[in-house]
Amino acid sequence: MHTPRLAVFKFASCDGCQLSFLALEDELLALAGKLDVVYFLEATSRIEPGPYDVALVEGSITTPDDEQRIRQVRRDSKFLVTIGACATSGGIQALRNWADSAEFLQAVYARPETIRALATSTAISDHVPVDFELRGCPINKQQLLEVLLSFLGGRRPRTPVHSVCLECKRRGTVCIAVTQGVPCLGPVTQDGCGAICPSYDRGCYGCFGPCQQPNLESLTAQYQSFGVPREALVRSLRDSFNGNAPEFRAESDRLAVGDDGRTPTA
Amino acid sequence: MSDVRTIRVEAMTRVEGEGALRIRLSNGQVDQVQLNIFEPPRLFEALLRGRAIEEVPDITARICGICPVAYQMSAVHALEKALGVQVTPELRRLRRLLYCGEWIESHALHVHLLHVPDFLGYESALALAKDCPDEVNRGLRLKKHGNQLLEALGGRAVHPINVAVGGFYRLPRREELTSLVTDFEWGLRAAIEATHWVAGFDFPDFERPYDFVAVSHPDEYAMCEGPLRTSDGAVIDAADFERHFREQQVPHSTALQAVRLDTGRTYLLGPLARINLNRDQLLPAARRLAVDVGLEQPCRNPFKSIVARCIEIVQAYEEALSILVDYRPGAMARVPYEYQAAEGAAATEAPRGLLYHRYGMDADGKVTLANIVPPTSQNQSQIEDDLRHYLPAVIDEPDEQVAQACEHLVRSYDPCISCATHFLRVKLERG
Repeated sequence: MHTPRLAVFKFASCDGCQLSFLALEDELLALAGKLDVVYFLEATSRIEPGPYDVALVEGSITTPDDEQRIRQVRRDSKFLVTIGACATSGGIQALRNWADSAEFLQAVYARPETIRALATSTAISDHVPVDFELRGCPINKQQLLEVLLSFLGGRRPRTPVHSVCLECKRRGTVCIAVTQGVPCLGPVTQDGCGAICPSYDRGCYGCFGPCQQPNLESLTAQYQSFGVPREALVRSLRDSFNGNAPEFRAESDRLAVGDDGRTPTA
Repeated sequence: MSDVRTIRVEAMTRVEGEGALRIRLSNGQVDQVQLNIFEPPRLFEALLRGRAIEEVPDITARICGICPVAYQMSAVHALEKALGVQVTPELRRLRRLLYCGEWIESHALHVHLLHVPDFLGYESALALAKDCPDEVNRGLRLKKHGNQLLEALGGRAVHPINVAVGGFYRLPRREELTSLVTDFEWGLRAAIEATHWVAGFDFPDFERPYDFVAVSHPDEYAMCEGPLRTSDGAVIDAADFERHFREQQVPHSTALQAVRLDTGRTYLLGPLARINLNRDQLLPAARRLAVDVGLEQPCRNPFKSIVARCIEIVQAYEEALSILVDYRPGAMARVPYEYQAAEGAAATEAPRGLLYHRYGMDADGKVTLANIVPPTSQNQSQIEDDLRHYLPAVIDEPDEQVAQACEHLVRSYDPCISCATHFLRVKLERG
């Protein structure tokens, strides 16, 4: 039988999500027997051209070259999975979507005119069709394993779309929004991390992006009634590592109206 | 007539991030060596402006998925300098413990999955595992221990969530840490075995007269605190980093080079630099091991950085164990502070070398400026210089072997290309 060919691609990102593949220390060698790793620059010097049966794509699209490269990756890949907040929403570098991108380049580079960069950072799905999105900054390696095993088994991956709140209840974590007035993003954020932050006495900062049907207006109104400044809520949605995800973006823009907060160019 | 030969590695493998290597030879002489980086710019120093200082450790972690703790540590130390905050001895120990987790994870990854395949002639550790399953599995288990420690203390292995300005969000409960002791005792022994295995490899006969630079501390193997030391005896306060080191244009080249301003020389960061400068501060098992495996003092062979990296894994296990065994949570998770308009800078030792951060903040606790100098962008000119001197020894081989030999040398540095956003500037300034 043909062993499925796996490829891993990187766009604008930190490497942390593809690293999660190598962080499957207990399963890695067995997995490598079921999937033929034929393109994964970080892990192997073996470089084979497509077609690939399954492609994991990390990172967001931020340059004209990458706009073209992702199209080629799509053409080469039967089943394309985006992994992590950069790939699924544009990542933290999408903060440039609300800024003067030319000024951003100037702030970092001595000769910004020589840098080829787009004014925006956008999700892979804004450019090509995606077969499955795995959320998180970083992704949860057990969820990555679930995606790969379900691919091998020919079924849909089972990953939750409910909010972090449910997981806090399951863990028995006392709600820090209710008891301490912390503006936790857990009620509007998708579970997947295992509700880590509230168990460490801090609010969820949204790194798995919006959950299914998040009620953002209600939540931000509630937090404003706690005395949290509107500007702080705008910032926390945009700095959630998923600020460019449609639901978070719409709410931060709605709250920012009247401020000098620019609307995104994405 | 000139005979030009070009050797290209279009996509370097088994390094963190994406880059290319281009070498040009004219009439058999090395003409040009370029480490080119095609990582897209992410503009962290620009996007940090206007963020609350509390967000800085979370945001800068995202520069690198392999060494997020290094970014968090340099960030909180620099911010605390600006705030005039000093953390308690207990919090300081826990920060070292967290850093030990990252050193173990990152070093074990680099040694076993990225670098060992070069010495044994395999394309990857996955391929190597078919012939050496025990050694690869041992390496994976070490790496896993590092991750377990990061999870227990940091909340998760990649982009830990528990690092705060002033300390931590929550102190770990006693059993969260002491439950790691048995694994770490095994790991300490396994890491010593791994070092003996690695030290027995064949190393290319190649040495360079490096200037080593590392953070140093009189009482401990330096990670987060202490002045920078150089192998020619200079002692530099981290706050003065930018007055002593700079990426600058040099007369014989159009390339920008990271150099020491007083000597104009390139310099080397990372495990080899640390072990050469701070060998006396290694804990007993690591210090003994360095003697047992015959690591020269100082060692100037870049290929032997893998041995230094293994000894540092042992050091990190030893130190972690000393903190884990008698851990009891104290009263205070973090030291309170008040905002003030100020600036602060700090350097800490990322697994692959010195990582410098400087921040400015206003009286509302918002970031006004950020300057980040990652280790790989400082090592880059040293890497290119090494290649120039190493090439004559391998130049008679076919292109493919030359390329492989050069990649092997580049990997010795454990380059972290995603971090090195400054790389791009270097490449493009060549014009």
